[in-house]
Amino acid sequence: MSRTAVWYWAARAALGWLVILAAQVVWLVADGDGTALPVTAHVAGLAVTAVVAVAHVTVMPQWRYRVHRWEATSAAVFTQSGWFKQEWRIAPVSRIQTVDSERGPLEQIFRLANVTVTTASAAGPIKVSGLDRDTAQRLVAELTATAQATAGDAT
Amino acid sequence: MIDVVETTLAWRRLSPRMLVIHPFQEVVRAAPALLGLLVAGSSSGGQGHLWSVAGVALMVVLGMLRWFTTTYRITPEHVQVRRGLLNRKVVTVPRDRVRTVDVTSHVLHRVLGLARVEVGTGMSERRHEGRLKLDALTAAEAARLRVELLHRSPAAAMASSTVSSTVLSSTVSPVAPPAGSTPAAETELARMRPQWVRFGPFTMSGLVTVGVVAGFVSRLVSEGNVDLGRVGPVQETWRWFSAMSLPLEIATVVLVLVVFVSVASTLGYVLAFGNFRLTRHTEGTLHVTRGLLTTRATTIEERRLRGVEVGEPLLLRAVRGARLSAVTTGLRSAQGAQRGGSLLLPPAPRADAVAVARLVLPRVADAPSVSASEASPVTASLTAHGPAALRRRFTRAYGVHALVLAALLALWWWAGLPSWTWVTAAALLPLTALLAADRYRSLGHALASGYLVTRWGSLARRRVALECDGVIGWNIERSFFQRRAGLATLTATTAAGKQGYQVRDVDLAEALRLAAAGTPGLLDPFLVEAAAPLSPNSM
Repeated sequence: MSRTAVWYWAARAALGWLVILAAQVVWLVADGDGTALPVTAHVAGLAVTAVVAVAHVTVMPQWRYRVHRWEATSAAVFTQSGWFKQEWRIAPVSRIQTVDSERGPLEQIFRLANVTVTTASAAGPIKVSGLDRDTAQRLVAELTATAQATAGDAT
Repeated sequence: MIDVVETTLAWRRLSPRMLVIHPFQEVVRAAPALLGLLVAGSSSGGQGHLWSVAGVALMVVLGMLRWFTTTYRITPEHVQVRRGLLNRKVVTVPRDRVRTVDVTSHVLHRVLGLARVEVGTGMSERRHEGRLKLDALTAAEAARLRVELLHRSPAAAMASSTVSSTVLSSTVSPVAPPAGSTPAAETELARMRPQWVRFGPFTMSGLVTVGVVAGFVSRLVSEGNVDLGRVGPVQETWRWFSAMSLPLEIATVVLVLVVFVSVASTLGYVLAFGNFRLTRHTEGTLHVTRGLLTTRATTIEERRLRGVEVGEPLLLRAVRGARLSAVTTGLRSAQGAQRGGSLLLPPAPRADAVAVARLVLPRVADAPSVSASEASPVTASLTAHGPAALRRRFTRAYGVHALVLAALLALWWWAGLPSWTWVTAAALLPLTALLAADRYRSLGHALASGYLVTRWGSLARRRVALECDGVIGWNIERSFFQRRAGLATLTATTAAGKQGYQVRDVDLAEALRLAAAGTPGLLDPFLVEAAAPLSPNSM
């Protein structure tokens, strides 16, 4: 995991919370004279959201960074991800069907990339997120090369 | 061989008899509206009725156009279907990707000697492209197509001889074994027995009928402007009903519902599973035929079979019944065991389900020396998940119950909900305990003769035996609370059936042991070094 991923996760979470806060502010302004809810309730709601948001944005990325791990050997791909709910996923290289690398707008700002490895099962795509670009490219090349070497339709 | 290629390369049309079926189907589908028209007459006036008639006519014309625009052909490598009027589309499926062939004939199809063919490929299930449906061919043509698609080696030899004969033999009933395959080549594994009908009332499929009837009545009322309150018999019944006391009213409603659902379920059971037969062909396919009015024939390639699922809904379990479905690539069991084509045995005595499972599972069937019941993945005793899992069942069940209770209390306090709602909810607390205990009792897993076995659920208990070779990878999921209890949910991912089967709330060490034993070697490089960061008390 690249250390920058912490900032990326924080930014992504912050953006999500900003949308919620903005919606609350819009409601407060539109409500104006406080017909539906008294203004104090609005402000209390905003305060609660802000506190939860700050806690989430500060704690979650660090926690995630401590949890997230990945490893690719010549035989299998392994990831450990999540924070509150954690998940380990493992799939043998011989069963890999596609290897995708993706860079969303936010990931581009932080110069990160993620790699998704899919198998024939819809339940088991393995996503390695928060890699720096070089590592992601290297991983894709490595996996593609080893996956090509195995025959069969991988089901 | 050249002759075969020549004949199969030509684009073929669906049966022209579909031109009769399409108008009929559309009229049946629009029946409530049309019936409403008849009942209401033209007294209410307005343009609405004219529009619905025009709509039906348009559907009929479109349906008939579909026959003119749809053609198909089978080349030595591909199955191709060309369809669409404005948006022409050619769907091509490589023949070696064909996993299952499903032949269905509704009543009308059968009267005219037709059958609908659906070709299942692993691909089409995930992305919605490449779905192959031929509605409809003559029954003989459909049967020949099935043989041709699934039994590859004899198909080429057979094709030349059957192409000419299909026209003559089109009177063959769809229930009969497929034309072209010799009867000697199949062995019967199971057949419907009349005693099985006793499981009919316990399938609850009649609930669907209740819904359909209710829907039909409501459409009739809304489109035909029929006022139910003014119909004589309805009025009579209502007067009689409202004269009773409340407990008697409730008892009557429950009794009527129970009787109606039982009768409808039994009827549904007989219609859906009458004439049920499960056979194995020497070419390596399993063949399921069933249905009295609507016949359905499904063919599953045995080398795509990854396991079986034994379903025991609570009611069925109470009478020692079970149903069996296949876990196979190319067929999804998600849309219900009855609708999906993966059914291997309708609700039947549990012993029969177990016996059929043993016959069907390739690894078990191939090893006759294995001592009978112990080794079968369907009967092998399961490892329980321990006290932590039991506690978790109770906390979860009571957590949900407490939430519901709190919500009802709050609504009663602030929104004036009648008090009997939360009183009933509180009275159901002991039932929740029973449910939690039974859910725990169902939990279990095992590794038996090369199969991963997992069982879960109470209201709908399922036991899945999944071939370890069919396991692609593993997911181990641990929520915060599971980590505190030292538990994990292990998911075996696979290309078959539901794509992933879970072993719920199992001890972490046991989960890792199971995964390591199921796919030898896969986890080894990770287990050793993973020990430090993955220990149960890590964050």
